[in-house]
Amino acid sequence: MHWEVVIGLEVHTQLRTRSKIFSSAATAFGAAPNTQACAVDIALPGVLPVMNQQAAHLAVRFGLAIDAKINRKSVFARKNYFYPDLPKGYQISQLDLPIVGRGKLVINTGNGPKTIAITRAHLEEDAGKSLHEDFHGMTGIDLNRAGTPLLEIVSEPDLRSAAEAVVYLRKLHTLVQYIGICDGNMQEGSFRCDANVSVRPHGQIELGTRSEIKNINSFRFVERAINYEIRRQIELLEDGGKVVQETRLYDSDRDETRPMRSKEEAQDYRYFPDPDLPPMVLDQDFIDAARAALPELPDAKLTRFMNDYRLTTADATALCQSRPLADYFETASTVCPQQATQVANWINGDLTALLNKQALPIENCPVPAIQLGQLVARISDGTISGKAGKKVLLCLWADSETAVDTIIDRENLAQVTDNAAIEEIVDEVLALNPEQQQQYRDGQVKILGYLVGQVMKASYGKANPQQVNQLLKQRLKD
Amino acid sequence: MNNFSLHSLSTALHHKTVSAVELAQIFLARIEQFSRLNAFITVDSKFTLAQAQAADQLLQQTDSGPLTGIPLAHKDIFCSKGLLTSCGSKILSNFIAPYNATVVERLNNAGMVTLGKTNMDEFAMGSSNESSWYGPVHNPWNENCVPGGSSGGSAAAVAARLAPIATGTDTGGSIRQPAAFCGLTGIKPSYGRVSRYGMIAFASSLDQGGVLAQSARDAAMLLQTMSGHDPKDSTSVDRPVPDFMAQLEHSLAGKRIGLPKEFFGEGIDSDVAKTIEQAVAVLKSLGAIPVEISLTNSPLSIPCYYVIAPAEASSNLSRFDGVRYGHRAAQYHDLIEMYERSRSEGFGEEVKRRIMIGSYVLSSGYYDAYYIKAQKLRRLIADDFQQAFKACDVIVGPTTPSTAFQLNAKAGDPVAMYLNDIFTCSANLAGLPGISLPAGFDQKGMPIGLQLIGRYFDESSLLNMAHRYQQQTNWHQYFPKGYQF
Amino acid sequence: MAVDESTVRYIAGLSRLAISNHEAVHYAASLSRILKLVEQMHAVDTRQVEPLAHPQDSPLTLRDDQVTETDHRDTFMALAPATEDGLYLVPKVIE
Repeated sequence: MHWEVVIGLEVHTQLRTRSKIFSSAATAFGAAPNTQACAVDIALPGVLPVMNQQAAHLAVRFGLAIDAKINRKSVFARKNYFYPDLPKGYQISQLDLPIVGRGKLVINTGNGPKTIAITRAHLEEDAGKSLHEDFHGMTGIDLNRAGTPLLEIVSEPDLRSAAEAVVYLRKLHTLVQYIGICDGNMQEGSFRCDANVSVRPHGQIELGTRSEIKNINSFRFVERAINYEIRRQIELLEDGGKVVQETRLYDSDRDETRPMRSKEEAQDYRYFPDPDLPPMVLDQDFIDAARAALPELPDAKLTRFMNDYRLTTADATALCQSRPLADYFETASTVCPQQATQVANWINGDLTALLNKQALPIENCPVPAIQLGQLVARISDGTISGKAGKKVLLCLWADSETAVDTIIDRENLAQVTDNAAIEEIVDEVLALNPEQQQQYRDGQVKILGYLVGQVMKASYGKANPQQVNQLLKQRLKD
Repeated sequence: MNNFSLHSLSTALHHKTVSAVELAQIFLARIEQFSRLNAFITVDSKFTLAQAQAADQLLQQTDSGPLTGIPLAHKDIFCSKGLLTSCGSKILSNFIAPYNATVVERLNNAGMVTLGKTNMDEFAMGSSNESSWYGPVHNPWNENCVPGGSSGGSAAAVAARLAPIATGTDTGGSIRQPAAFCGLTGIKPSYGRVSRYGMIAFASSLDQGGVLAQSARDAAMLLQTMSGHDPKDSTSVDRPVPDFMAQLEHSLAGKRIGLPKEFFGEGIDSDVAKTIEQAVAVLKSLGAIPVEISLTNSPLSIPCYYVIAPAEASSNLSRFDGVRYGHRAAQYHDLIEMYERSRSEGFGEEVKRRIMIGSYVLSSGYYDAYYIKAQKLRRLIADDFQQAFKACDVIVGPTTPSTAFQLNAKAGDPVAMYLNDIFTCSANLAGLPGISLPAGFDQKGMPIGLQLIGRYFDESSLLNMAHRYQQQTNWHQYFPKGYQF
Repeated sequence: MAVDESTVRYIAGLSRLAISNHEAVHYAASLSRILKLVEQMHAVDTRQVEPLAHPQDSPLTLRDDQVTETDHRDTFMALAPATEDGLYLVPKVIE
C-alpha cells in the first residue's frame, strides 16, 4: 500500500525580551539555578502576573511577517496541570483568541514553491527545568526559565515528508532571527519543535491517528525522529495494528521514539480565561510600531539582491541566509557598487571559509565589511591581483585596523602596470624560451599560457596579467 | 470609653496624650485577655512594638500622617513580611511571608502598627469562620455564635475592640456578612479599587480587599490609604481615588435609594426585615427617595457564584503542591503521591470540596454547561445592576437573611452555609462596591446589617450615606457586654 | 447531575487530592447537592448572552520590558521543604 505522510509542526520560539513575560526577572541564559526566579516565577502565594509589552510587540512583528491576521483583542487562558517545573500548577497561555491568527510561509521544495499555512501563533510562558542528575534519587528543579516568553507557532498539517518539515523549520528559523524576535539558539532551547505525525493510505481524505513527538532540538533530529515515527506507524498499520494517539519522546542516542510516561494519563487541562489578566487589546499605533520595526523579509531581500545587484540565485540565497550576512554584503558593496558579484564571491568563498574554520558567525567577523569592499575595489581597479587579494584578506583577518592600501604598500603587493617594466621582463622570458616562441608562431597558441606564467613568476606575481598577455602577443607577432 | 474613632486616636497620638507604643500595648493586652475568642492566628508583640516605636519616632517629626501610630489587625490572607501568613490553612502553617502585600505595604508606609494576623475561614472559603485550621472564632455578641466569615477573626477583633480597625477581604460577602454578624461597618470596594497583590487568591475575579471598622468614617479613612492603582496587579484600575472623607457630610437630599424586591421577599428573618424597613425610614428622613427596583437574576447569584468561585479557586490553589513552600507530607513513594498526600493533609474538607467542584465544572464535557453558563449568567446579573442604577443611586437591602447562627449549626450542610451569601455575592459577581452597617438587633440581641450597593467606583456615595445614617443613629456605637476597657 | 464516587475519584485525581473510599462516598453526596443548587442556572435562557469573565472591562495594561528583580534565592529557598545546590528537590520525575 502507498502511504501518505502528514506532518504539522508546533514550534516554540523564545522571544528576545530582557525580562520575563509576566515578571520583571531577567531571562538571560546560564545563570546559577533559581537566581533568576522571582516571587512571581516561583508562584509565591498572592503574587500576580503583569504582561510584558515587548513580548506582545515581538509576537505582532511575527504575525505581520507571515502575513497573518493580528487579533487586536487576545485572551490569556490557564492550562491546568501539575508538574514540578510548573510552579503555579497552570501555564498561562492563549487558547480561543491567540494574538496571531492565520498566516502562511512559502517554502521551496524539490517541486517548486509550496505554501504552508500557519494556523496560529500564541503567547505563553515557559516552564522551569527538571534536572535528573542524581540528588539521592530525587529530581532538582531550576525555575530560572519559568516565565520566559514563548511564541508557539502552530502549522497546519500541510507537510508531506520529514525533509519538507525540515525545510519549513529552517525557513521559520531564519525568519524569526531575521525579524529579531528570537535568537534561534537551539542548544539553549530558544527554538524547539514538537511534531505531529500521522500516515494515511494515498487518496484517503480523513487524517490518520497522530502521535506527537515532543521537544526536538535540532534539524537533524527532527528529520530522524519524524522518519523513525513514519516507519513505526507504517509497520504497525501494515501488521494490522493501530496507531494510538499519544505523546512520544525522541531518544537521539537510540534514534527512536518512545511514549512519554508522564503524559500517559489522559490530560484534561481545564482551560479557562485567566482572571488575573483582562483581555489584551492592542491599538493601531501598537501594530504600526511593530510594522515599522519589521525589517525587509528574507524573500523580498533575495529578490532585490537578484534584481538590483544582478546576483545569481545561488549567490543571493547564500547571502540572504542571515540578516547580518546580507547586511555585511550590502555594506561592502557600497564601496564598489559595480562589483557586487565579486563582493558576493569573496564573501561566499574565501571569507566564509575563514569564518567556518574558526566557527565564527558573520557578526563576529574580524574583517569589517568596508575593508572587504575596499579589497574588491583594489582588485577591480587593477591595483592588485586576485591572488594578492587573498593575501590582503589574511592580513585584514589578523589586523582589521590597517587600511587596505597601507597593506598593499607594506606587503609590496601592487601590480606592476608600467608597460616599460613589464616589457623588460617579457623580453627576458622570451629570450630564455626560444623553443616556445617557435611553437607559438607555428600555431600552438596554447603555449601562451605557459609564457604568461613565466612572466608572472619573474615579476613575483605583481605584473598585471592582462598587460602581460597583450605584450606577449604583440612581441610574438613581431 | 469603649468607642474611639481613628480620628480621636490620631489626635491623641499627635498631641502625645498617648504614644504608639502605649496604644499597641493596650491592644496587645486585650488580645491576650480575650484570646478565647480565637480572633488571631498570629500575634508577635516584638514585631508590633518595633513598628510602634518607629511610629513614635515619626510622630516626633512633622511628616507623620493621620494614620501614623494607629494599630490595626490584618486578615491572615495578606502577606506580611516576616510574619506567618497561613490563610487559615494547615498547608501554609509554616509559611513566613517573604514580602508584603501592597495593602500591607501602603498601611505600613502610613505608619500604622500591625497588632497581628486575624483568623479566617481556610482560604476565605466559608461564611462562619469554622473552616479555619486554627479553629473557629467566637462572636463577641454571643460566644456560642459564629462571627460570620470568611473575615471572622477581623470582625470579632474589631467588635471586641481587640483592634480599632482591621483589613478583610470579600469574595462573596466575606467582609459584609461578618460585619453584619458582629455589628460593624464593613466595606468591600469596587473590584479593582484595592490591589490584590499579596492577597492570597481565592477567586481572582471576585476577591477584593476592604475594611472592617467601627464606623463609616473610620472605614473611609483606612480605605483612602489602601486604595489606588498598583502596577503589580493587572486588575487594579488606574483611576484617581476620590477624597472619601471630603464627601462624608454631603446631604442625602434627593438621593434615590433602590429597594430590590428580590431582597425583601421570602426567607428573610422577620426581625431583619423590620429593621431594614426602619433603616429605610431613617434614610428617607434624611432626604433619600426610595424607589422600587428589580434585580431579576439575583436569586441565581448563588448558583452562579458556586461555579465561578470554585473554578478559579481550583486553579489558584494548585500552587500549593509541597514543592517550594508550605506543607509537604512526611511519607510518599513517588511524585504524585507526594502531591496528593501533601494537599490532602494540608487542605481542609471545605477547601477540598471546592477544589473538586471547580475541577469538575472546568473539566472536559462540563465546561460549557457549567462554567460558560455561569459566566453568561454573571453578565445578566451585572446587567441587572446597570439597569437598576438608571433608576437609583444606591441599592439598599439587608446584608444577610438572618443574624449570626450558632456554632456548628450549619457545619454539616454546605448548601445551607452557601445561602448566607444570597444578598452579598451578586455585588462581587458584578464587581460593585458594597457596605454593611449596623442597623439594629434581633430579639436575641444579635446585630443586624444594612447593606448598600453602589455604582462602579462610587464608594463615596456608600460611605456618605452610611456616615449620614450613623450621625442619625447610634447602632454602630453599641458594644458587646463583657468587653469593656 | 448526581456525582458518583468514580467521578469524585477522577476529579480528585485531576486536582491531586488523595481521597479514601469513605471520603469519596461523602464527597459524592455533598457535590451532588451543590450541583443540584448550581443547576438552577439552567432555568435561564442565555443563548444570546456573551460570557462575562472579568467584572471590569478595562483592557490589560502592559509593562515595559525592564529587569527590576534581583536575586532572592536564599530567602525563597528557606521556605522550601527540600533543596540542594540551589535547586528544589522533588521525588524523581520520569518523563
